[in-house]
Order: sequence, then structure tokens, then C-alpha cells
Amino acid sequence: MVTDEELHRAAIEIGRANPEGRQGAAKYLRRLDYSVLQQCIHCGMCLPTCPTYEETKLERNSPRGRIALMRRIADGHLEVTQAFGQELYFCLGCLACETACPADVHYGEMLEQARADIEQTGVLRNLVRDLVRALTLGWMFTSPRVLRAVGRLIWLYQATGPESLVRQLKLTRLLPKRLRDLEPLMPRVQWHFTDGLIEPVETPANQKYRVGLLTGCVQDLAFSQVNRDTADVLLANDCEVVTPRAQFCCGSIHTHNGEVDLAKALARRTLDSFDLEQLDAVVTNAAGCGTHLKSVGHLLQDDPAFAARAAKWSEKVRDIHEWLAEIGIREPAASIPQKVTYHEACHLYHGQKINRQPRQVLKAIPGLELVELPESVWCCGSAGIYNITQPEMAQKLLRRKIENIATTMVPVVAAANPGCSMQLQAGVREANLKVKIVHPISLLAQAYRNAETR
Amino acid sequence: MHKIAEDLTRMLGAERTLWEPEHLATYGFDGTATLYGQAGCVVLPKTGTEVSQVVRYAAQNRIPVVARGSGTGLSGGSVPVPGCIVLCLVQMDRVLELDHKNLTIHVESGVVTQKVAELAEAAGLLYPPDPGSMKVSTIGGNVAENSGGLRGLKYGVTRDYVMGLEVVLANGEIISLGNKCVKDVEGYSMKDIFIGSEGTLGIITKVLLQLVPRPRARKTLLATFSQMDAAAETVSAIIAAKVIPCTLEFLDQITMKCVDEYAHLGLPLNAEAILLMETDGHPAVVEEEAQQMAEIARNHGATAVQMAQSAEEAAQLTAARRMAFSALARVSPTTILEDATVPRSELASMIRFIQQTAAKYALTVGTFGHMGDGNLHPTFLTNEKDAAEMARVEKAMEDIFDHAVKLGGTITGEHGVGLAKKAFLPKAVGTASLELMRQLKRTLDPDNILNPGKIFD
Repeated sequence: MVTDEELHRAAIEIGRANPEGRQGAAKYLRRLDYSVLQQCIHCGMCLPTCPTYEETKLERNSPRGRIALMRRIADGHLEVTQAFGQELYFCLGCLACETACPADVHYGEMLEQARADIEQTGVLRNLVRDLVRALTLGWMFTSPRVLRAVGRLIWLYQATGPESLVRQLKLTRLLPKRLRDLEPLMPRVQWHFTDGLIEPVETPANQKYRVGLLTGCVQDLAFSQVNRDTADVLLANDCEVVTPRAQFCCGSIHTHNGEVDLAKALARRTLDSFDLEQLDAVVTNAAGCGTHLKSVGHLLQDDPAFAARAAKWSEKVRDIHEWLAEIGIREPAASIPQKVTYHEACHLYHGQKINRQPRQVLKAIPGLELVELPESVWCCGSAGIYNITQPEMAQKLLRRKIENIATTMVPVVAAANPGCSMQLQAGVREANLKVKIVHPISLLAQAYRNAETR
Repeated sequence: MHKIAEDLTRMLGAERTLWEPEHLATYGFDGTATLYGQAGCVVLPKTGTEVSQVVRYAAQNRIPVVARGSGTGLSGGSVPVPGCIVLCLVQMDRVLELDHKNLTIHVESGVVTQKVAELAEAAGLLYPPDPGSMKVSTIGGNVAENSGGLRGLKYGVTRDYVMGLEVVLANGEIISLGNKCVKDVEGYSMKDIFIGSEGTLGIITKVLLQLVPRPRARKTLLATFSQMDAAAETVSAIIAAKVIPCTLEFLDQITMKCVDEYAHLGLPLNAEAILLMETDGHPAVVEEEAQQMAEIARNHGATAVQMAQSAEEAAQLTAARRMAFSALARVSPTTILEDATVPRSELASMIRFIQQTAAKYALTVGTFGHMGDGNLHPTFLTNEKDAAEMARVEKAMEDIFDHAVKLGGTITGEHGVGLAKKAFLPKAVGTASLELMRQLKRTLDPDNILNPGKIFD
């Protein structure tokens, strides 16, 4: 028999916090309603759906493991440590675990609180990280003007020659590896931002609804045409489109990266720019924004000035596919005889449980043949800014996605999130595939346009 | 880094030796509510030889070893003994052979059960045991716990499909037990000792499984009963009529209410029970048996019987049963899933007793489960932060186990004893039986290093 003393000796080193890492006291996790944490029954059903667990087979890299750590912290058995911080940023936030969870655990909410604690305690702070976060989260993504100015610079780089020169001469070799890998992920910035493409109010001949259109920030820079297409599709389906000018970032990227206060401020800005009472719905065409915008009610629930409006807002926000399916999609008169496959953006499928409606949109197009993509719900690795912060894991997921796309032999992939689109574009370019990445709504808009010009 | 971690790191490398608190905390539990224990070290071996090395080291230093797969157990069997070495076998996941001539599959113990089922299906075969966690659980864990599932009545449990095992003994020796022969009486059936031994006698590293031909047809029925007794009598009558369905599953009223609140299936909420019945096999036989079961159900007081005419309809009928656990799990912060089991003939009495006990202790208990084999899942919807309620849960469980034993049943049909049922085992099996188990344990693990303190002290 093992004696107590022997057991004690074996256990003696256990429970000591990692002495090498920085530590801090939790604030958000300790305040989190305990029932949210406790809801996890650690059954493990999330394990096979988690891309990071699948890769490493280590409990820590699974939703169940991460929740266990959060719970240890909430219970005061563990501090917020550097290793905890690294772990929670190794998570993609794809929310596949929420789909698999039998007990309705709100993992996304817990992840946001955990990351808020990581930022609040500063366990991951270093000079470069601080600088990057200040420039992006604190500066670029809090002001549409700054973001557009940056967009203009990128446009100049891409459109006036330097980019092709850099690529031809392989000048990126001169950059450190980290930056070199980022270059292909740079969005193709458009000359026209959304405001130049869509009037503040556009009214169809036979108006039945009035909707607000969210133009997004990355969408506005890199895919402003998708916004125009969205407006066209809405008009074709009898919706008047109200598009406030120079919209702010909705704050989705901030909540997902632990900046709760900034996210709240941006949510208030967004609420202020729409006259909710006058609108039947507020429509977004970006999956990542949609998931966040629907939770604004929750985010601002303790803000007496905004709580009621935020709750109403969450009720009215619709993903574009969801909205169209709700009001009925007008079938275009012209066809697009084309095979198309559909990639599920995590924040549509897992975040908003929207998977039927985008297929309805695609199938409404005469002649279009929808070919199902193997593992269509497996994350592509974009995950907001994950492909920048965790390039290695992101690259593995991208390769897997591209291999699946290649097996379909289909030349068009429909994807409904700007992050996924950029990631997939970089992936097909690297693999030398002749595959186009388009938004499902752009295909529908094209079909309507084909009918008009016929 | 402590000494044990240093030694094990030399053996397996830093990547597969985990000792930091942020790792250990995530291996502190399995699928059982409220249990936690912190290991001293977690290792992830890739071969039987590595397992043997670790066990040998543990034996020399008298350190407890707790084996685990995906940690989905429901009795705390793989919850770490404080300071132990956890042997996590999920990285031992190679499929060694699928033998079409002998209908066997040979795999390492970390292979996920679902994978075995899929490989069998691709070969036109069937691996029948289908525990609720099969998408996650490992086959080694299934063997160590002798897992059941929904098809137990007709096809039996994991034990019935194990033909051979590779096991690492407490001294680190690797032995191979069993073979591909259907008949084999060479001495004691030693492999059977390790099946259901919950990691207390040896570490299972390879498993040879028997597969069966895939049934060609399947038919699904759903019957509604205003009285639980009528449902139980229907089950008895079906079996008395010599029909052995592959599935006979029921949901009680509370479970139905939870399912309907969650999924809005339009279940008959004023009914006391619904019974899901499935038969599989030769198409002609399946058709005949389905008609027979429908008739028996009607004759025994079913208020409605639906028979699926297509695969989609079948999926609709099974939806409520598939969602039962999820629907219950989301109601309250803590969900405790039990598995008291009684002979079929005592089912109605047992279910009534569970309902009375829940009322007596003012608890919410939803019951569903495998009516065909008497395996019930009374599910306590509670909150572990509420000490008073947890005390009542303890009392209610004790009453339920006592009653199950009184009716000739068992305190655990398929989850195992582990830590959760340890206190109830002596009363359930008796002193002589328990002493025999202890003797066996002492013989195979004289230093008590393999999962000490599980099943019994």
C-alpha cells in the first residue's frame, strides 16, 4: 500500500504556480455569474469539434480544459498566469464547441471575460504587443477616418506598383518571417469605400420594409462591392436601405480581444448612428460582426442609458441571409450556370446557427449548382486576427480547408465573412488554385443584374 | 519542475510530460459531477513500451498511476489520485488491422469508439456497443468500464465484443491475452478480468474486437402511454412474444417536458411515458416484428403508436430520445446522471420509486433510459453550490440504490463504481464478493499503485 506520506511526497510540488510566468488577480472571471461557468458538465462532447484539441490532443487546448482553468481562477485556486493568457489566445474562438455542447454552455461569453482578465492583469504584455494593440484596437479600429487613411495607403501600395515589384523581386525575403507571412493576408483594398457606392437612403419601386445596413470596417475597405451588392439585393427584395455614413467599427474585434470598455463605447456609437424605431431590421453581411451585434443587448445590459435600446437592437439585428429567408427571396429571372461550394463562416454557423439560409440564397439562383464542401464547418484559421497572432496554427487550418476545397473541383467558393474571404484568397493563391472566393449575396446580386441587362 | 516530472521528461520528452498547474488542472476530472483531484504529472505515451516504462518507474517509486482516455467517465474512475501520474492514452490511436475474413478489428486503446464504428460500417459491418459518449470516448476506456449503450438488449455490451487485449501489468510487464478464435478455453479467461476493472488491475494498450454483419433493415416506432406501468408491461410483453428489438428506450414526463421546452417537438406532455422501439435484421423479419410490436403496444394501453416510413421519419421519432440528456443538462447548473439497473420485470416499480423519492426529498429528477435491459438513468437536476440540496441528493441516491438492490438489481449498470459508487458497493455485493475482489487486486497489484482507492479502498 502507498502510505499517506509517500503520496504527500509525490504531491508536494503540486499546485505551485508557475514561478517563471507573470501573474495577476482575476476581476472579470471572479465577477462572472457562477452559473455560467458551472453549466459545463465536462462531458467532453466539445473535444472532437475543437480544431486546437484535434491538433494537439492536449486537454488544455480544448474548450473543456479552458473552462476548467477559468473555473479554477474564478474559484481562487489559480491566478491569471502567462500560460493561461497564452492558452486563451491559442483558442480560435470559432465556437464549434457551443454547437456541440449538450448543456448550452456560453463559451464565447466566458472567453471574452477571460481575455478581458488577461488584458486587465497584463500577463501577456510586452512592447511589441502593446504597440500593435494600441495601433490597431486603440487607434485604427476606433476611428473610421484613420482606418480609411490606412486603407488608402494600402491601396496606393497595391494599385500603383510597389506591391507587384515587391512580389516580383521577392523583397519580402528581407522582412522578418512573422511579417513576411502577413504580406499575402493583406486585404485587397478597393478605391471606393461604401459611402461612395451607396446613397444614404435608397428606395425600391415597391417598398415593403425599411432596413438599416451595417457596412463594417474591413468589409468597407476590402469588400465595399459586397456592401453595394447587399444593398442591391435588399432593393430587389422590396427593402428600402438606410446606410449611415462613415460607420464606426462595431467593436466585435475589441470584445474578442479583451477590450470590453472600448467595445462598449463602440457599441454605443453604432446604436447612435441608427434610428432604430424607423427600421424593421438592421442588416449585416459579415458573420463576425453579426454574432457580436446580436449580443450588444447583453454587453450594455448594465448601462442605464442604453440597456433598453441595446436590447431592442439585438432583436432587430439580422444576418443578410437570415433576413432574406425571413421575408422570402425573390427568384432572379436570369441564371448563373455555375458550380459553387459553400464555406460556413464559424460566426454564422456556430455563432448564429445560420446554415440553412445561405444555402437558400444560393439555391434561389437558377442554374447554380451547390456542391457541398467536405468539413464545411471546420474553421479556416482566419478567426478575426488569429491568423496574425497565431500564424502556425492558422496556416494548418487553412491548408486543411484548401485541400477540402480542391477535392470539390469547384471554381467558386461562397463565404459570408470578410475574414474568411481574405484567408481563403491567400490560401488559394498560395496553392495556385483557380478558385474565386465570393460572398453568396454577390452571386445573387449578379443574377439580378444579369436579368436587368438581358 | 519536480523530481518525478524531470524523470518522466527524460523518458518521454518535454512535449508529452505535463506538470505545470495550467495543464494539471485540466486533467483533474472526468465526466462526473463534483469530483476533482490534482495529479503530480500527466504523461502521453505513444506506445505500449512507453506505458510499460512509466509503470515500471511508478512501481519502483511507489507512485500511483491513473490511466485515462478522453475522460468521459461517469463514476470518477479516471479522476486523479492526488499526486499521481496520469497516463493519458489518447495519443495511442493507431488502427492496427481490420480483418475481413475473421470479422475483427485490432486497435490501440486510444482510438475513439466512433472511429471503430465508422471503420466497421465502411466494411459493411457493425460494432454494436454505442455508449452515449462514443464520439469522444476511447475504446480502451470503454473496455476498462465495460460500457453499454442503447443496443444492449439485443447485442450486449463492450465485454461481448472483446476477443483480445494487450495489458501492461502493475510491474510494467506487457502481456497479450485472447486471440481471434471464437472458441478458446485455455485456462482462465484472463482478458475478462481486465474488462470493467476500471484501471485498477492493468493498463489496457491494445484491443482486439469482434464485429458482426451489418443488419440490412431497421424499423423505428414510437408509442405513447398515459401510464408508466403500461409502458413497462408493453416491454415485458414484447420480450415474452420472443421479439428482441435492438432498441427499447423510454422517457418519463419530466424528461419529455425538458425536451419539449428545449426543442419544441410537440411531445405528448400529459402522457407519463413515451417508448422508442427499433428492430433490425432481415427486411421481412423486421417488417413482421414492427407490426407485432405496434400491436402489443396498442393491446397494452398505448394511446398512440407511430411507425416511421422513411429514414427521415425515423430520425424524427428518435429525436426526443437523442436529445434527452442535453435537454436535462441545460436546465440546472449541476447534472448528476445515475444508472441504477433492475431486472426488466421490476421496471415499473423502480420508476415509481424514483418518482416518489424525488418528491420525498423535494428534488427534480428526470428519468429516461434503456427500458429493454432495465437500465435506468435517473438524472438529478441540481446545484452543487447548494449544500442542503446536495445532502438531499445524497440521501435520495442512497434510497434509490437500496431499492434497486432489493429488487435484485445493481447500483450501476454501465457507468462503473469508480469513486462515485464506492460507498454503496459493500452493501450491494456483500462482504464475500468484495473480499474476492480485494484478493484479486492484491494479487495483480501488490503495491496498490494502479488507480488506488477506486471501486473499493
